[in-house]
Amino acid sequence: MTERGETVGRRALLGAALGLLPVFRMSQDTSVARLQQPDLAGRPRQRVTNYENDPFIIGVERRLRCTCGCGLDIYTCRTTDFTCTFSPELHREVVSLVEQQKSADEILAAFVAKYGETALMAPPKTGFNWAAYLLPGIAIALTGIVLGWVVLRRTRTPAPVPAAGPDTASGLTSDDAARLRDELARLES
Amino acid sequence: MTILGQLALWLALLVGVWGAVVGVLGGRRGDQALILSARRATFVLAGLMTVAAASLLTALVKNDFNVAYVASYSARNLPLAYKLAALYGGQAGSLLFWAFVLSLFAAAAQLVTPRRYAHLMPLVAAVTSVVTVFFVSVTVFAANPFERLAFTPIDGRGLNPQLQNPGMVVHPPMLYLGYISITIPYAFAVAALLTKRLDIGWLHAIRKWTLLSWVFLSVGITLGMWWAYVELGWGGYWAWDPVENASFLPWLTQTAFLHSVMIQEKRGMLKRWNVILVGLSFFLAIFGTFITRSGVISSVHSFTQSSVGYFFLAFLVLGGIFMAWLVGTRLRLLQTEARLESPLSREASFFFNNLLLVGMAFSVLWGTLFPIVSELVRGTQVTVGPPFFNQVNIPIGLGLLALTGIGPLIAWRKASPGHLRRQFLVPVGVGLTMGLVLAALRFGDWYAGMALMLAAFVVGAIGQEFVRGVGARHRLHGESPVLAFLRLVGRNRRRYGGYIVHLGIVTYFVAFTGNAFKTELEASLKPGESATLHSPFGHDYTLTHLGVSQYEALNRFVSAASVEVRRGDERIGILTSEKRLYVDSFGRQQFEPTTEPAIRSTAREDLYIIYAGSVEGTEEAVYRFTINPLVMWVWIGGAILVFGGVVTLWPGSGPSARSPRRALEGYQATLEPVA
Repeated sequence: MTERGETVGRRALLGAALGLLPVFRMSQDTSVARLQQPDLAGRPRQRVTNYENDPFIIGVERRLRCTCGCGLDIYTCRTTDFTCTFSPELHREVVSLVEQQKSADEILAAFVAKYGETALMAPPKTGFNWAAYLLPGIAIALTGIVLGWVVLRRTRTPAPVPAAGPDTASGLTSDDAARLRDELARLES
Repeated sequence: MTILGQLALWLALLVGVWGAVVGVLGGRRGDQALILSARRATFVLAGLMTVAAASLLTALVKNDFNVAYVASYSARNLPLAYKLAALYGGQAGSLLFWAFVLSLFAAAAQLVTPRRYAHLMPLVAAVTSVVTVFFVSVTVFAANPFERLAFTPIDGRGLNPQLQNPGMVVHPPMLYLGYISITIPYAFAVAALLTKRLDIGWLHAIRKWTLLSWVFLSVGITLGMWWAYVELGWGGYWAWDPVENASFLPWLTQTAFLHSVMIQEKRGMLKRWNVILVGLSFFLAIFGTFITRSGVISSVHSFTQSSVGYFFLAFLVLGGIFMAWLVGTRLRLLQTEARLESPLSREASFFFNNLLLVGMAFSVLWGTLFPIVSELVRGTQVTVGPPFFNQVNIPIGLGLLALTGIGPLIAWRKASPGHLRRQFLVPVGVGLTMGLVLAALRFGDWYAGMALMLAAFVVGAIGQEFVRGVGARHRLHGESPVLAFLRLVGRNRRRYGGYIVHLGIVTYFVAFTGNAFKTELEASLKPGESATLHSPFGHDYTLTHLGVSQYEALNRFVSAASVEVRRGDERIGILTSEKRLYVDSFGRQQFEPTTEPAIRSTAREDLYIIYAGSVEGTEEAVYRFTINPLVMWVWIGGAILVFGGVVTLWPGSGPSARSPRRALEGYQATLEPVA
């Protein structure tokens, strides 16, 4: 068994042992009253188990999309949209796969096999999907290289030297123009 | 009233077409009668659209549920503020609102633009009329808010509960104002291209409009983040949702324009690029509306999906072709007047700033559209969510943050090695010091650490600029530091307002680093039970469930779960998160239950509590507790950014009446002989 598998295995055993128990200590034992109108307090919830706070499960769920159409990942949906009936079910699927000692990649693969690539929150880095990841970077890099080349080329090419004597357009001599450039550079910096 | 509104829309359609035709003819022929008619058409259009908007507002306030829109988005027991907000709460109303505000902006542009730009105004009127006509057409033919039902329901459905939040009263109008006001700079750009008067004048004419639009967009985006944070309950403020992306795109291109326009104003360079950026910003704003309205890309905002997407698509395609033709046929007139003198110049740094801003816009657009591209190319749908956008955009964002500090430090034209050393020594020192401090603290997150180092560098750069400016005034005029600071900013609002905006950006980045240290915990607690949550700042919160109370409020039934919060031994107080069930005036449930988070904000961190529901209908509550570090700084950063924008925008900081002449003349000057 791989290290990941051992970790998952230990987690599964721990989950099996503690899964149905509330995780948090009771500071005092109290009887729990029923709400006056339970149906007005949203969809009934189940007790929280260790699985709900397991960083491994949360990490996997953050990479999987809820199928309810909200566009959120499973973790965010199940902890945000409490009317969603899909995300708790998908969470149970993830937990079930964890209990089968599947690694993160295996769980993702199982979801892709069942729901298609759209189950992943980001396109898998294979085939055409590389275009999604690489195109912005390539576009910026290539434009940057071209821009840098143009900038260097233009700044290396010496500017045409104006003829001595007054420029007919501006009435400036080359000395005057140089002085003006210096003054402006000083002013603007 | 709705008949009046309907009539006003049809008349607006006719007047808009008239305004567009006489605007073009007047602009081409210089016929004063036609020019005057085009100008007056914009005012009549504004009047008619005001009547139309007022008619719908009246129907909403008077609970006229025979109007389908009112029945769908309002209810008798809806508070008045939300009845008014329902004007833009649904698709048809928001399109009417868009046309209404655009008509007001168009009229304002005719009123406030100085006479020296009179040669552009008939064509500006024509363009704004065309865009208004487009929105009125969509309203009349595809999404009419005045459509009546065959019967009159006794009550309306009410406004989507998630929209019943003070943030939603302000956030959409701000965003709309940002989107809509982009039309005015676009209209000036088209007018300048059509008249072939492509001197610096049109840029001066649109400067305030561009800034105004940018400020509105910034306010709208920040308020949108705040609304998402306090209302949606997932504990975050930005999810790279397609609609969020749609608002971010024109903001990025406008930010690029606000930088590159300085190069054209100072050096006569980037003329083509600036025209393209203005056009791009406009079409991206329309594209944002297209995404929101068409449902082409599924998102949580899909409550506004409908077939109006076809109208938008046609407008985008035709408008894009027209703009491309216009720019393509005027390329010769848009030639640069000056040349870049050095790669070590502010111009060059602005080139790269534009490259990254537009590159980020491209990556966001590409990511947003990639699901469609994938479906078209491979026939397979993929999801492009936050992991993708973060991976692609964080490095670009860090590059931009670095340029935020580098740009202002480099001189125009050419920076000498000595100048660079003098300018960069302190800011780089501050950045490296931050790096050493983070290393000593064994700061774990690479991206967050990099962002903090760069933030320190930018603060060092901006601080140095202010210190030097204040010092110079103090030495020259003997002013006190406070007076020198105020006069420094007041006398050069554009430059120092820009620096304040940069400080706002830095604050945003610092706040974003908090995401790396978010802590979350789910717990089901019986009354009296506690959970412990460890803060990344080292202390522990003890959260004790007190119980769940249920009661009726104005238009909802509330289940409120309360938690006593202790930090270490210190009692902080009681926080209450609610589950709300919205009902109409007859007590009938209208929507699925919604959740209101309880939030305790401090400068260091937010404690964010969500009542997820109850176990088997008992008082045993399921909670999600989250510690969000540095979130308050997102709002502070937004406020600083907007304040900087307002400083820059403040009257008196723009070009004077003499500016176009001075700019047209370039850098000509008469030099006196030195004695």
